[in-house]
Amino acid sequence: MSIASFEPSTLLIVLPEILLLLLAGIILVVGLTSQRSGGLLLSWLTALGLTGILIVTLLFGRPGENEVLIFGGMLRHDWMAFSFKVLFLFVAAMTALLSADVEGVEDRGEYYALLVVATLGMSLMASSADMIMLFLAIETTSIPLYILAGFKKGDDKSTEAGLKYFLFGALTSAVMLYGFSLLYGFSGDTNIYRLSEAMHAGAVSPWLIGGMAVLVLVGFSFKISAVPFHFWAPDVYEGAPTPITAFISTASKAAGFAVLLRFMLAVFPAIEAEWVTLVAIMATVTMTVGNLLALPQTNIKRLLAYSSIAHAGYAMIGLVALSSFGTASVIFYLIGYVVTNIAAFAVVILFARSVGSDEIVDYAGLSRRSPGLALVLLVALLSLGGMPPLAGFVAKFYVFAAAVESGWIWLAFVGVLNAIIGLYYYMTVLKVVYLYRSEDEDKPIAIPRSYALVLVICVIAILAIGTLSAPWLDWSINSALSLF
Amino acid sequence: MIPLSWYIILGAALFSIGIYGALARRNALAILMAIELMLNAVNLNLVAFWRYLTPNMVAGKVFALVVFTVAAAEAAVGLALIISIYRRRHTIAVEEIDMMKW
Repeated sequence: MSIASFEPSTLLIVLPEILLLLLAGIILVVGLTSQRSGGLLLSWLTALGLTGILIVTLLFGRPGENEVLIFGGMLRHDWMAFSFKVLFLFVAAMTALLSADVEGVEDRGEYYALLVVATLGMSLMASSADMIMLFLAIETTSIPLYILAGFKKGDDKSTEAGLKYFLFGALTSAVMLYGFSLLYGFSGDTNIYRLSEAMHAGAVSPWLIGGMAVLVLVGFSFKISAVPFHFWAPDVYEGAPTPITAFISTASKAAGFAVLLRFMLAVFPAIEAEWVTLVAIMATVTMTVGNLLALPQTNIKRLLAYSSIAHAGYAMIGLVALSSFGTASVIFYLIGYVVTNIAAFAVVILFARSVGSDEIVDYAGLSRRSPGLALVLLVALLSLGGMPPLAGFVAKFYVFAAAVESGWIWLAFVGVLNAIIGLYYYMTVLKVVYLYRSEDEDKPIAIPRSYALVLVICVIAILAIGTLSAPWLDWSINSALSLF
Repeated sequence: MIPLSWYIILGAALFSIGIYGALARRNALAILMAIELMLNAVNLNLVAFWRYLTPNMVAGKVFALVVFTVAAAEAAVGLALIISIYRRRHTIAVEEIDMMKW
């Protein structure tokens, strides 16, 4: 792998990013001109723009046979980056559709522009091959998300969510950055793919490398909300506008995993056994803590927050396997998890839009008020719980299979036990939805067109990934191979 | 010439003070200042490593500049969030910002 010299055709590789920046500018201008009533217009503009960029990426963004480093080694053009870019664009388009009429959000132009900028940061996160670029990409993602989490200025919970997210994020990114500065100091290079060579030479003591790995892991664990850096997640998920919660819990987490996979596999082969053990312990604790704390929750957004912490733990199992199949299983897991979680949050948004509550007890009688919505929630929660033939089952299956294949049988065992705990609290919600009656059963829940579109796309995706997993798995394996 | 290790020790000390401040302080502004202190430690590290180890490579210097810029953006956003919460609650003490717990 060599660094390609700059040619105008290199710009084609970053075409999605360029278009995202353009889209953000257009949204800002349109947002200024269409004062009050522009919510729906902007939502469709953003969604269609992102879909257009998604198509452009699929047509022109395909990487070639060999991975290339572009812009002096700043970015790496490979299958891994490509798959994650497609995933982020998909999630962002869905989020834009779900945001059509969130209450309490003023300045809609800025809202959508920040959403697009965060997506831009994520797609750079997935392709960064240099610590400078990586840091910049992570911050380009985080800073708009801090603002979006606190976007409802008139809402106590939202402002609190924004501040908590910011303080945790800034602190962990500073710790990560200190790790980066030491890595630069001990290897004399900032490129991820040359760092390991400098450290392989045996010039640096394994203890030092281990210390740096821990510092860097702090920052990444925050992005994927792994224990012990998960404290922000429930509060931010509960307080932030719900479409943003959906976005943080899916796209931002997937971006964190993209970075985690690339960085850990490329930089720390010298202390492989040690960091893998550390990640295995973190995965165990993350799954267990996430699932156990989800049990007593009464607010559906907090429940989904703890469930998303647990899901980060499951996905980490694939990384522990430390094989190309293991990495592929992480990517597959994220694809399945993302579509499922968006469906779940879409139901939460629609329910809150009509009823104005996120409490699980208020979901009583949902199956009679809106059978369709209840069915989507059933599919989404069963998929999160890992029931066949849905996406969540296949995803968990591959992750556990990868762990067993690499000899981490106890870890797969812990994962399966946790999946059972998870299923229990998803079922508790479904029990309220299907078996409990309420007095408002004659009041239907309105489902506008843009939301219906999201629900349909996500349910089809959940079923398609669950039943026809081969093409998705091939894609994931392709992406994983570009890291090995 | 001052040996490199002095800078690194100073950087580590600054970083430790920063992390202590971020964890022990109760005022959101003070936490923000502590985080800035940690970023300064990073910058000190980067510039020292660049000057002593790879003076011919521009990467270290650029890294420090990028950290500057991002720290400024982060501080701007952080202050905006602190102001927005102050307007609602009239306090920026983090233990009083606890509407959501467990």
